[in-house]
Amino acid sequence: MQSLTAGAAAIELRDIDKSFGAVHAVRGVSLAVARGSITGLVGENGAGKSTLMSILYGLYRADAGQILIEGQAVDMASPRDAIAHGIGMVHQHFMLVDTFTVLENLVLGAEGGPLLARGMAAARAELMRLGREYGLSVDPDARVADLSVGEQQRVEILKVLFRGARMLILDEPSAVLTPQETDRLFEILRALRERGVTVVLITHKLREVMAVADRVVVMRQGEVVAERRTVDTNTDELAELMVGRKVRLDLDKGPPLQGESMLTARGLSLVDRRGVRLLDSIDLDLRAGEIVGIAGVSGNGQTELLQVLAGIRAPTAGRLEVCGRAVDPDHPIDPAEMRELGLAHVPEDRLRQGLVAAFEASETSILGYQDQPPYCRNHLLDAPAVGRHCAELMRRFDVRPQAPGLRSSHFSGGNQQKLILAREMSRLPKVLLVGQPTRGVDIGAIEFIHRELVKSRDAGCAILIVSVELEEILSLADRVLVMSGGRIVGEVSADQADERTLGRMMADA
Amino acid sequence: MEETLTFVTLTLAATLRVATPLVLCAMGGLFSEKSGIIDVGLEGKMLMAAFFAAATASLTGSIWAGVGAGIVAAEVMALLHGVACITYRGNQVVSGIALNILAAGLTVVLGTAWFARGGQTPPLGDSERLMPIFFPVARDNILVYAALLSVPFTWWAIARTRFGLRLRAVGEMPLAVDGAGVSVGWLRYRAVLLCGLFAGLAGAYLSMAQNAGFSRDMTAGQGFIALAAIIFGKWRPFPAFGACLIFGLLDAVAIRLQGVSVPGVGEVPVQLIQALPYLLTLFLLAGFIGNAVAPKAAGIPYEKEH
Repeated sequence: MQSLTAGAAAIELRDIDKSFGAVHAVRGVSLAVARGSITGLVGENGAGKSTLMSILYGLYRADAGQILIEGQAVDMASPRDAIAHGIGMVHQHFMLVDTFTVLENLVLGAEGGPLLARGMAAARAELMRLGREYGLSVDPDARVADLSVGEQQRVEILKVLFRGARMLILDEPSAVLTPQETDRLFEILRALRERGVTVVLITHKLREVMAVADRVVVMRQGEVVAERRTVDTNTDELAELMVGRKVRLDLDKGPPLQGESMLTARGLSLVDRRGVRLLDSIDLDLRAGEIVGIAGVSGNGQTELLQVLAGIRAPTAGRLEVCGRAVDPDHPIDPAEMRELGLAHVPEDRLRQGLVAAFEASETSILGYQDQPPYCRNHLLDAPAVGRHCAELMRRFDVRPQAPGLRSSHFSGGNQQKLILAREMSRLPKVLLVGQPTRGVDIGAIEFIHRELVKSRDAGCAILIVSVELEEILSLADRVLVMSGGRIVGEVSADQADERTLGRMMADA
Repeated sequence: MEETLTFVTLTLAATLRVATPLVLCAMGGLFSEKSGIIDVGLEGKMLMAAFFAAATASLTGSIWAGVGAGIVAAEVMALLHGVACITYRGNQVVSGIALNILAAGLTVVLGTAWFARGGQTPPLGDSERLMPIFFPVARDNILVYAALLSVPFTWWAIARTRFGLRLRAVGEMPLAVDGAGVSVGWLRYRAVLLCGLFAGLAGAYLSMAQNAGFSRDMTAGQGFIALAAIIFGKWRPFPAFGACLIFGLLDAVAIRLQGVSVPGVGEVPVQLIQALPYLLTLFLLAGFIGNAVAPKAAGIPYEKEH
């Protein structure tokens, strides 16, 4: 590789163009990535960055344009070609077999012969070597399911290196990591860069790009709108380039009102049928006019807490009081009754619990309230009233396109979320539970959603937010609770919280 | 004393004999299920194989033509299942049930049309059947040994070969296999075809070794019992083999117990004894086997995102 002519870029894309039906996803993009560099590729959802990288990795075929790897034009018909040319991709959702050991995952697809024994021994030696060289040590015989998310990601990177990759594409690599794990990942990426590996990082987290990348490429609506060296730019400029207008992500919010207590939990516990303790003695107070944020690595009981608070699951011990109604294992409640009490819930998993993908937007806009006037009269839905209601919500919450008759699944993630938030917030609830307010939502919509939540708070709503995005919690919440292993392991007021402290609490307990 | 020994030996031999089609079916089913393709059509494959094996053996007089025809019949069924479930991503349970219904009907219709014996094939003579090799009294034909060998073979193939590693991966996380540049569909087709091979042998055994000819619905739920054995064995070859032996033993004891008077109880009704294996299936499935975890992707058609 050293003999290559100086100046030939590791990856060069020339005039790449790709359409899906009527959608022009990538419009004549040209891009060069230098060998041994870290390049950040940023842009909103649908800006075309994932499509572009999928073309590079052979998952899609470009309609037009050329791919050059180390100066030579190549044809990427499938991931197999990409792998053969030294390109590896680490996907956002890991492609690991949970029941396999690290070693088995490593050799899958590159076993080195019809019988496993010999190839496995060679792979074990290679794994050790890679571990030493890049500081990527993982126990080869550990089951992947028993590894932490950060370790699983390391296995993904090892898999790619094992196949001889000299170019590494990472898709939203920090989405599932704690801040400490993210730091660790960045150390690894720097070590890779030092050894001449070329890294492309697809992300929407501008601060992380600034921290680790040498160069940033910004995409908007299928085009590269800017390229900057990270030393020459800042997050504000990048956000503006991504969205195409000025974005203000820092919220101006006054101190919370903190009125009377609307939701109180004491010793709330949830044990599942197998005896696993999902929630362990949760104490929680939520007052009118404040936003409480729950931080934690996903899978530490936040989902279950939301379900119990929303009345979807009954607690197995402890007591909950919502707007004066007591709930305990002997006096369960259902979500409909919760709604009547004035509690609204925006679920974490909007596609499963927030809406029905095959329903029209207008139907989604009344889900949960479908039996109430004016939408329902004499047990029949009043379709025109529902349509008017939906159009009104769409106008107020800037849902695009403003088409109440369009199927819910045809809206982007951000617009689905805005529609669900609109549905729940328009009822002027006393208590609002929001799971992952802006997961998969564009930066422009994030700004809007955050402002609406603060408006609601100032109007006296008691709001509980669960999010894996620490930045979001820090900018929205008045108080932050940290969850780990089904327990609340700490509470910090917003003015004293920062990512380091929260991250340590999330990881240690 | 000697009488007891004879009784035990004969019961064990009978156990093995009865268990043979179950073992073959279970090993075949294991390949399919490990790859993520649920196979409730084992029953139909076996029935179809039993019919074509007996019909061919009776028409040609050749044992090996019979066994071969049984395998081909089961493979055709396996391919149908594969096309429906892998290529067209249909519902695997529905496809399996459809194949069972097809087999139950087609064997009788063809049997009646060809042989006019109420759906039966003509009885096979000794030269058209698989006969004992070493111990005539134990009726140890070649497929009994094939069944015994199929267990370590299946274990080895799944645990120790590249094919096995990919097979396990494709049943758990097909995306990982696809991402590694290995074809998910081709892997699953191979698994389904292997399943057909084993089910074909099981069917041929039924009509050419255990019996002398085909009779309608002669599988009598054995394909489903094999499926149950896979679940009891938690998708592992040796435990599944053990489960097949337990079913075989129950069946063998049931046959021996018929007409025998149990002290204090009197003569046990035949129907009750014959129901024993099925009752055991119910009991075990209802929770006596602990937490059996199926391959994660079993039953889910694989669709590429693009």
